[in-house]
Amino acid sequence: MGFFDRFRGGPSSRDVAKQRLQLVLVHDRANISPGVLEQIKDEIIAVISRHVEIDREGVEVHFTQDGRESRLVADIPLLGGSRKHQAR
Amino acid sequence: MAARILVVTSGKGGVGKTTAVANLSAALAQLGKQVVAVDADIGLRNLDVVMGLENRIVYDLVDVVEGRCKLRQALIRDKRLSGLFLLPAAQTRDKTAVSPTDMVRLTDQLRSHFDFILIDSPAGIERGFRNALAPADEVLIITNPEVAAVRDADRIIGLIEAEGKGPGRLIINRIKPEMVQRGDMLTTADVVEILAIPLIGIVPEDETILVSTNRGVPAVLNGRSPAGQAFRNIARRLLGEEVPFLPLTPSGGFLQRLKRLAFGGGTEGGV
Repeated sequence: MGFFDRFRGGPSSRDVAKQRLQLVLVHDRANISPGVLEQIKDEIIAVISRHVEIDREGVEVHFTQDGRESRLVADIPLLGGSRKHQAR
Repeated sequence: MAARILVVTSGKGGVGKTTAVANLSAALAQLGKQVVAVDADIGLRNLDVVMGLENRIVYDLVDVVEGRCKLRQALIRDKRLSGLFLLPAAQTRDKTAVSPTDMVRLTDQLRSHFDFILIDSPAGIERGFRNALAPADEVLIITNPEVAAVRDADRIIGLIEAEGKGPGRLIINRIKPEMVQRGDMLTTADVVEILAIPLIGIVPEDETILVSTNRGVPAVLNGRSPAGQAFRNIARRLLGEEVPFLPLTPSGGFLQRLKRLAFGGGTEGGV
């Protein structure tokens, strides 16, 4: 950021461009739209919660990038650490 | 001789493919190589005018493919630079006049007579791009530091990787150091980080490019053109030479230079 930008406030247009590009390319590369990603998340929640109790609100599904490699990462917090049939 | 076949491509139109092919071909010829520039943009031919050879076309690429002339008859020799030739595209046909197999067969015929075959790809990701990519040994992806161009470059890189010809090497064209410095343009480092492929050249925005195109004389022939210098450096890197990226300096007026002196802050990257 240049000297005068520090007074202008907010991120520079360069930073905005970079963030927007990184986000759009994640979806372009995987050919998965944000809507489809939401759907995947819902289905994962449905499948997992058939077997274990999970914190549905805490589930996060997102892409990570390592160079040109994309990875779909799901973070699913478990509740109580107990299996359903044990709890019963 | 067994030529290296390079394709210059971008996905998006208007980022500088044809200018890059004209200049890299001329720069490689200046370095003593036998070079043929092939215009694969059938129906929208332009490499001829950028190279200043438009008045000498008799036959074109489609004439060769369809057997109306010998390959040798369609090649136009550049009289200013020994070792430089152009194979023009047809202007009155479209991309479907040629297949990827035709392009492979055609370049196989050229391979033994040249050191380099540079193919100017059309914009887009369809047949014309497939034709240009089919014979390529190496891919140069050209982009501008701008969201639409970088996005399309990323798409093209994906397609090139899917063809097993990846990842290719990157040329970032039309960088404006002043805009980079004030935080209004993606930097070289940003674009390289996003696209995650090796960089082979950085070309500054340069009015002499338009002047060169007006005259039909590639900018590499002008010793004082910054973009010409950048393309000459890329040509040397193609030959395996380690050429440092020269610093890009804002060509601003007195006030800008004073501001730089007072507040520091170098520009990133270089040609």
